[in-house]
Amino acid sequence: MADENWKPKIIAIICNWCSYAGADLAGGARIQYPPDIRAIRVMCTGRVDPLFILKAFQDGADGVLVSGCHFGDCHYLEGNYKAAKRMFLLKSVLKNIGLDDKRLRMTFVSASEGAKWGTVMEDVVKTVTELGPSPLKEFAR
Amino acid sequence: MAEVKKNEEPRIGVFVCHCGTNIAGSIDVKAVMEYAQTLPNVAIADDYQYMCSTPGQNKIAEAIAEHNLTGVVVAACSPRLHEPTFRNATAEGGLNPFRFEMANIREQNSWVHMHQPEEATSKAKDAVRIAVAKASLLEDLIPKSVPVEKAAMVVGGGVGGMQAALDLANAGIKTYLVEKNPTIGGRMSQLDKTFPTLDCSQCILTPKMVDVYRHEGIELLTYTEVEAVEGYIGNFDVTLRKKARGVLTPAEAEARGIVGGGCTGCGDCEAVCPVIKPNPFELGMAPRKAVYIYHPQVSPLIYTVDFDACVKCGLCVEACGEKKAIDLDAEDELITVKVGTAILATGYDIFPIEKKFEWGYKNYDNVITSLEFERLICASGPTGGHLVRPSDGETPKKVAFVLCAGSRDNTGVGKPYCSRFCCMYSLKHAHQIIEKIPGAVPYIFYMDIRSFGKMYEEFYYRIQDEGAKFIRGRVANITEDPVTKNLHVNAEDTLLGRPLDMEVDMVVLAAAVEPSAETEKTRRLFGLSCSQDGWLLEAHPKLNPCGTTTAGVYLAGVCQGPKDIPDTVAQAEGAASAASIPIHKGEVELEPYFAQCIEEKCAGCGLCVNLCPYGALALVEKDGRKVMQVTEAKCKGCGTCGGFCPGGAIWMQHFATPQIVAQIDAFLLGGEQ
Repeated sequence: MADENWKPKIIAIICNWCSYAGADLAGGARIQYPPDIRAIRVMCTGRVDPLFILKAFQDGADGVLVSGCHFGDCHYLEGNYKAAKRMFLLKSVLKNIGLDDKRLRMTFVSASEGAKWGTVMEDVVKTVTELGPSPLKEFAR
Repeated sequence: MAEVKKNEEPRIGVFVCHCGTNIAGSIDVKAVMEYAQTLPNVAIADDYQYMCSTPGQNKIAEAIAEHNLTGVVVAACSPRLHEPTFRNATAEGGLNPFRFEMANIREQNSWVHMHQPEEATSKAKDAVRIAVAKASLLEDLIPKSVPVEKAAMVVGGGVGGMQAALDLANAGIKTYLVEKNPTIGGRMSQLDKTFPTLDCSQCILTPKMVDVYRHEGIELLTYTEVEAVEGYIGNFDVTLRKKARGVLTPAEAEARGIVGGGCTGCGDCEAVCPVIKPNPFELGMAPRKAVYIYHPQVSPLIYTVDFDACVKCGLCVEACGEKKAIDLDAEDELITVKVGTAILATGYDIFPIEKKFEWGYKNYDNVITSLEFERLICASGPTGGHLVRPSDGETPKKVAFVLCAGSRDNTGVGKPYCSRFCCMYSLKHAHQIIEKIPGAVPYIFYMDIRSFGKMYEEFYYRIQDEGAKFIRGRVANITEDPVTKNLHVNAEDTLLGRPLDMEVDMVVLAAAVEPSAETEKTRRLFGLSCSQDGWLLEAHPKLNPCGTTTAGVYLAGVCQGPKDIPDTVAQAEGAASAASIPIHKGEVELEPYFAQCIEEKCAGCGLCVNLCPYGALALVEKDGRKVMQVTEAKCKGCGTCGGFCPGGAIWMQHFATPQIVAQIDAFLLGGEQ
């Protein structure tokens, strides 16, 4: 990688009931993780339009994380199943347009999994850092 | 139809909170505040020590008036904590409360990046920028008020569930008490005496059981399970499965035209029943028939046919005679009731301690659990209250108690948590042995004695004085003498610093507790979260220990985490109070995160209609074409329809596409590149 100090820009779209609460719990427990991810809260991952993710990549995001409840735990019964199916599809689209599909990640973190949230943060930052800047960055301006 | 007012120039006020040093300890609050002043649409930015304090909230109201703000951003803790607080402050300043957006710079920033002040400050600036972008596009929203059904449901008929049901009913609320077993009473009815007062468990419990059974405001539904839950706070439609009991109550008999019939609890059927199987109430240590009651004090006193065991010989029908109470062709029945709020009190099971194979439970006859000890020492138990060794019926003289059996266990086999009441009941067991068996000595193997409650420590001293022996050390393993069936307890006495091999007559394992088998199913039906060990998750561990993340559903007792009887009853009373508030208020406000159809964009494809898990959407004819229509009372605001609409024709209030895209753009395009 050209610039050793390069930090990735990663956006997380996370559900209010499980992952956002899990992230809050990580805070309460003072679990330390890398500060490279910015979170946007939605009520349910079912709300995540694939266009949001494509827009983020177009805007120059190096990685996108979508995080919801575990299967069977969705506050709205099944929004996370629907989201997971679409993320799976979207990954194949990304691959086909020449973007490494590891830049998009979906995880399932419950309201009691503060420590897991920290691990997910570490892992996503590490993966995206290894991939380097997004090749779509040029389109961002 | 809600639309962003295009001609309105956004004027946003930004308030950055220090939260003492919680935020200011790692984030340069002044720098964030000054940065906010440079952002587009920001009319004023300020910072304050504690934004949630009265002066902090006043700042918001004053700024709204002074700067004619259209939106408010507070950068502070999590919106899950203080969003309601600041919405109120926004409303007090004369703005619609939904024109408020929160930037979480504490739980998801200062607390998790404590040693990276520069990065944390930069992240906080981004968070403020993202929040301002959203606040610039927020619109007025009006919460929807819905009436609350004047009825409540309690799931679980143990002491917690009974207390909650009694409180609700005494407050004038029609209450359905649902219990999966044929009788209420729960675990407490299996106990002999209760610590530290040593009063008999049944003596204090059965009056409550009778109160519940007789209460006009309580509809007792025993041998019944929750099958499905629909709706939302104020309007839950709960489908219940009344399992086939095979025995009619007097009321049910009368409904079938059998005059003076129905079960009186006489027991004639039981006397003639030829089928014998283990009684689960006595933990398999006593027999029961295929038509049975758990114990003489059951409530309601109605027999139950165990159709898994019944051979349908019909002897019981004959014995019952003119009462005609037995119906061997009975089938499960589904009923639906409407309630405004619900309390879950689904209790606990004993951890299968045979998984800790080194202690030999189920391999060695004389290794028993504490719950089995309760039944053996109880006067109404299988041995009439005489503690005997299962191997030979002899009275044990030397009994070892193993505390933290499966609790505080980080091996991955047991449970990491403290089960909380085992120390105290084991002290009580020690007392009972000394009291009932002359010359008997209890040996208590412990890690720490946790006697935390009122008069508990005093009880601990009393048991020491009575002659119980305490050995601080975890039991490594237990072996059996194959001839005498005596047991060798191998442990390290950590106070003397030496290993120990003690021969005893009997071992009692104070086994850990775990959520009851039904807890997981019930949790999913009501849409609740659970902690890592499966205990139901409260809305806030300190400030809302009875509430849950599903509005209108509350928790009582051990289903939320191990607790003893006084704590269970106290929480049940708290839950009953919380569950009665919406009912007495008569209406609740639903957060107005409803979907709306942008009709000029809607192609009438109907994709969203099938996606909605609540049936809130429908296609209707309008001006000669089909468009989607939302039933707001059914919409819970998940936004799945909005996420999937191919035409962008769904406006998710408060989470609308332009608002979310503005957040994405603000982060990726708006900052210091």
